[in-house]
Amino acid sequence: MLSVLTDNWELFREGFWTTLRLFLVSGVLSLLLGTLLATFRVAPVTVLRGIGTGYVNTLRNTPLTLVFAFLFFGAAKMQLGLPTFFWAAVTALTVYTSAFVCEVVRSGINTIPPGQAEAARAVGMTFVQVLTIVVLPQAYRAIVPPMTSIMIALLKNTTIAAGFSVLEAGAIPAAMAERGESQMLTLLWITIGFLILIIPLVFLQRWAERRTAVA
Amino acid sequence: MSAVLYDVPGPRAKARNRILNVIVLALLAAGILWLVLRLNSTGQFEGRRWAQFQYTAIQEQLLTGLLNTLRAAGAATVLALIFGAVFAAARISDHRWLRVPATFVVELFRAIPLLILMFFFYYGSLEFELGLSPFHAVVFGLTLYNGSVLAEIFRAGIAAVPKGQREAAYATGLRKNQVVRLVLLPQAIRAMLPAIVSQLVVLLKDTALGFIITYNELLYVAKQMGGRLEFGFPYIPTYIVIAVIYIGLCSLLSLLARYLEGRSRRSRKVTGGPPPAAAESATSAEAPL
Repeated sequence: MLSVLTDNWELFREGFWTTLRLFLVSGVLSLLLGTLLATFRVAPVTVLRGIGTGYVNTLRNTPLTLVFAFLFFGAAKMQLGLPTFFWAAVTALTVYTSAFVCEVVRSGINTIPPGQAEAARAVGMTFVQVLTIVVLPQAYRAIVPPMTSIMIALLKNTTIAAGFSVLEAGAIPAAMAERGESQMLTLLWITIGFLILIIPLVFLQRWAERRTAVA
Repeated sequence: MSAVLYDVPGPRAKARNRILNVIVLALLAAGILWLVLRLNSTGQFEGRRWAQFQYTAIQEQLLTGLLNTLRAAGAATVLALIFGAVFAAARISDHRWLRVPATFVVELFRAIPLLILMFFFYYGSLEFELGLSPFHAVVFGLTLYNGSVLAEIFRAGIAAVPKGQREAAYATGLRKNQVVRLVLLPQAIRAMLPAIVSQLVVLLKDTALGFIITYNELLYVAKQMGGRLEFGFPYIPTYIVIAVIYIGLCSLLSLLARYLEGRSRRSRKVTGGPPPAAAESATSAEAPL
């Protein structure tokens, strides 16, 4: 059973390295885009709120696979092709995940006691200052557990890139099939790999949940 | 809360907001215009790329794809609800030998990527000749993942029912089975219904993964239709059509979830029941994908 892993170590290493890169790059990007969308959704400008709401409602009801399919097969037909498959996958994951990040950040903003924002306004802060100096830093602390869930989901969703010619962990079975290795053992190793990546995140989530529960 | 973040706009703020509105609208219009021009200049609006949707055979093919999507989603919904109920029951059991393995199973299937779960059935069937079709792989994969998530939702719902309810039920002499069945479950399911429906939206969306393991569902059909040379590779028109179908279907379910949530919140207010904070935090912590 171990030989499946050791004989094809290169493939596994490259696959999981790509998975990790996909996860980290699109994780950071979707945190940024999601926070921006959340500020849109609470902004005093009506059109910005409309854009935020429209974006979230559309993307949350679209299968991620469809976003992938559009970017990989459709966008090229509009001559919008992204430089590499890797960046196309990052774009798909970011566009999709940021809708969920936006909702979590927004719910985090809602947990901050109104007095905080009122006090900030009372000392003359503008909307952007209230949000960036007073509300968002507190909101982030409150949303660590649900945000970790979203990041776990993102990590698992990177496997979808396998269906679109990105050689990450999910694409290993297809490559192994060509080498005539046992698929089940390959999948078992991939599962173990994912568990190794995900379990620390689960513990982070539990820890954050306990900490916020006490506070 | 959002209205707390800024003062009620005075004359100056109103003027500023109006200007910002106009600027954002202009930017949005420019973006849409650019997109339309892009689509136009690459010929996406040409009649030949849309012509195939007029043929009955093609419409039937789309319909078959849609039906296959719904068939997989329907079967997986039923199985996942059963799976979730069984494992939630096991997880709240007083018997350690039942609780521990159930917890392990639920946590495991929540941690494995859904596509990998589907691969297990798909490649497993190829390797051991189990005779499972891609349909089965999609349904079983969806069942294991969503069933585990549903088990957590059920469990959180039961845990969120106020303790006094359980104690009162035991005090009137009901047995454990009766307490759960007659007192806890009805209240838990009502509180959890929005979360359950939201999870079913996730399930419906995830049927699209079947595309990767060659299950003949909507997205798979779309890929085939988009690749037709005689219509000039109409990928964009096809994806627009199926995006409308997917977003429409899921939005309907999402609306149902929101309606249920609003209704349960209203009814809680009327009956003066306990604050639903515990139940809601339990659902919002659930992985949304």
